[in-house]
Amino acid sequence: MRTDTEPLIRISEVSKQYRMGGETVHALADASLHVLPGDFVAIIGPSGSGKSTLMNVIGCLDTPTSGSYWLDGEEVSLLKENRLATIRNRKIGFIFQSFHLLAKLSALENVELPLIYRGVSTKLRKELAQEALDKVGLGDRVHHRPVELSGGQQQRVAIARALAGNPPILLADEPTGALDSKTSVEVMELIQDLNNQGHTIVLITHDLDVAEQAKRVVRIQDGRLYAEGGVQV
Amino acid sequence: MNVWQGMKMAISSILANKLRTLLTMLGIIIGVTAVIALVSIGQGTTKAVTDQVQELGTDMLTVNIFGRGSDTSLSYEDAMKLAQTDGVASVAPASTQNSTVKHASTDEQVSIVGTNAAYADIRDYELLQGRFLSDVDLDYRLKVAVLGSVIAEELFGEANPVGDWITINGSRFKVVGLLQEKGSSMGGSNDELVLVPLSTAERVFRSVGVSTIYVQVEESDKIEQTVSTLEAQLTKLFRGNANAFTIFNQQELLETFSSISNTMAMALGGIAGISLLVGGIGIMNIMLVSVTERTREIGIRKAIGAKKRDILYQFLIEAVVLSGMGGLLGLGIGVGISQAASALLHIDVVYSVSVMVFAFGFSVIIGIVFGLFPANKAASLKPIDALRYE
Ligand SMILES: Nc1ncnc2c1ncn2[C@@H]1O[C@H](COP(=O)(O)OP(=O)(O)O)[C@@H](O)[C@H]1O
Ligand SMILES: [Mg+2]
Repeated sequence: MRTDTEPLIRISEVSKQYRMGGETVHALADASLHVLPGDFVAIIGPSGSGKSTLMNVIGCLDTPTSGSYWLDGEEVSLLKENRLATIRNRKIGFIFQSFHLLAKLSALENVELPLIYRGVSTKLRKELAQEALDKVGLGDRVHHRPVELSGGQQQRVAIARALAGNPPILLADEPTGALDSKTSVEVMELIQDLNNQGHTIVLITHDLDVAEQAKRVVRIQDGRLYAEGGVQV
Repeated sequence: MNVWQGMKMAISSILANKLRTLLTMLGIIIGVTAVIALVSIGQGTTKAVTDQVQELGTDMLTVNIFGRGSDTSLSYEDAMKLAQTDGVASVAPASTQNSTVKHASTDEQVSIVGTNAAYADIRDYELLQGRFLSDVDLDYRLKVAVLGSVIAEELFGEANPVGDWITINGSRFKVVGLLQEKGSSMGGSNDELVLVPLSTAERVFRSVGVSTIYVQVEESDKIEQTVSTLEAQLTKLFRGNANAFTIFNQQELLETFSSISNTMAMALGGIAGISLLVGGIGIMNIMLVSVTERTREIGIRKAIGAKKRDILYQFLIEAVVLSGMGGLLGLGIGVGISQAASALLHIDVVYSVSVMVFAFGFSVIIGIVFGLFPANKAASLKPIDALRYE
């Protein structure tokens, strides 16, 4: 049983080490993080601080070397590849810096993808994808391919794709990193809107202006997490 | 993800690169085209030849006499004794000469066959006009002749030759019959001949004996037995010399021919197999390139929930669609080439559905076998590595 106050994400003392030649790189060192439902957390840190590594762990794209990770009531750090694929599909909506849309597919087809892998029927899938595109304001661009859309619009399609399966968590890695300042503002407004509608958001950035729009900011430095004010969490 | 979804995905990704798709499929196309065209044309030719052999009759034996010493033929009476042999229905001894046949101002060089009344039945000749040779003709050495359709036309044109006279080697013969056209078989035209009583031919050409005996057997499935009985009898006639004659068996010819065409079919199959193999390697090659090119796509798909199995199917279906499409195109082109060959060379082609199904099935299997390795490579990519790939 999970009450409202039980965290969606509970990371305890997670470490991730990479071996480079003879040296060990501590990309994450005893990192702990709790994210409650409805929260909007920004993780900010300079390049090489371990942001992407953390994002990969949270997104179940990579497994930590040690520590435990509870996602939506399930311990996921020890799961096998297939199970992780299912969890990524159901629990996490990814928003990448470079959008990562499939160039050959239309906006609608891109948004449908996670639903295809979930086994949703064609009719329902189209409805849900259309709904998600409407939500990000691209309801009239469904048949456009990524190349026929501006950067801001492409990122909206990517956000729609993340929303389509209605996962409990949206995970955004530098979502405005590839956008100009005007479209960045629009995309951030959209992300804030989504949080206001109840979506839980974890946003990774190196940009303080972006981070400050979150409810809560966590700093990352050399693989360690610090709450605002400098306390290691 | 279901198979239908996978097919749609595969087809759209294949259509995105049409030229490359075509080049990739070329090996399979050539292989299947070769199989279909060669087998159709080959079977057509085989059928034409067997039909012709069968037209000669599988219940007929031809005995050719070479004789021994100065004794190079068999007397008519000795030849007729063969009719008493077990399993023999009837016997038509024949002695063939090339001679000039004249009528009015036309003369033609033609085969004059001295034979008996049984010849028409054994060799499947039908009468168009008049009558055939009879026993009486032989008994009284009558100068009567039955004309083949071609020589009749050459000598008489459209006119009816029956009742008219011709000159063979200086002797006048009355035309008593005209044969129906029989067409040509392996030995050439069957209609350029004149049939006369054997006894008359012996006198006119001052020849003795027969060099060919046509034998009709009672049951064609007991032909082997009849052949050995005849051999024994003829050997005795030639006082133990088994080289004095040969017995030509159509059945045996058919068997020899079918074993030759089987060998050819196997050689063709081998060549086609090799070209399909090369086609398969081409598919594997291009699928490996495709996996590398689409590493990021694989990463994206995996990040949003594609399982290993989903990616494996995606690439496998793509390989199978490629090879299957190649197979279908090859079928079409192969049939087209066979049709063209049939029209240009005036030969019949025989399409074998089982060969078509086999060729298509084999190309699909090639797709599976050679798609498996690239597909597995794609499916095994780690999502983070694949996403990071530039
Ligand atoms: N696959 C890897 N192999 C070795 N070292 C890595 C790998 N991924 C990241 N690192 C190292 O881990 C540290 C953190 O990297 P990363 O999480 O990418 O930081 P950020 O995203 O904040 O720039 C860096 O020092 C980086 O060099
Ligand atoms: Mg990074």
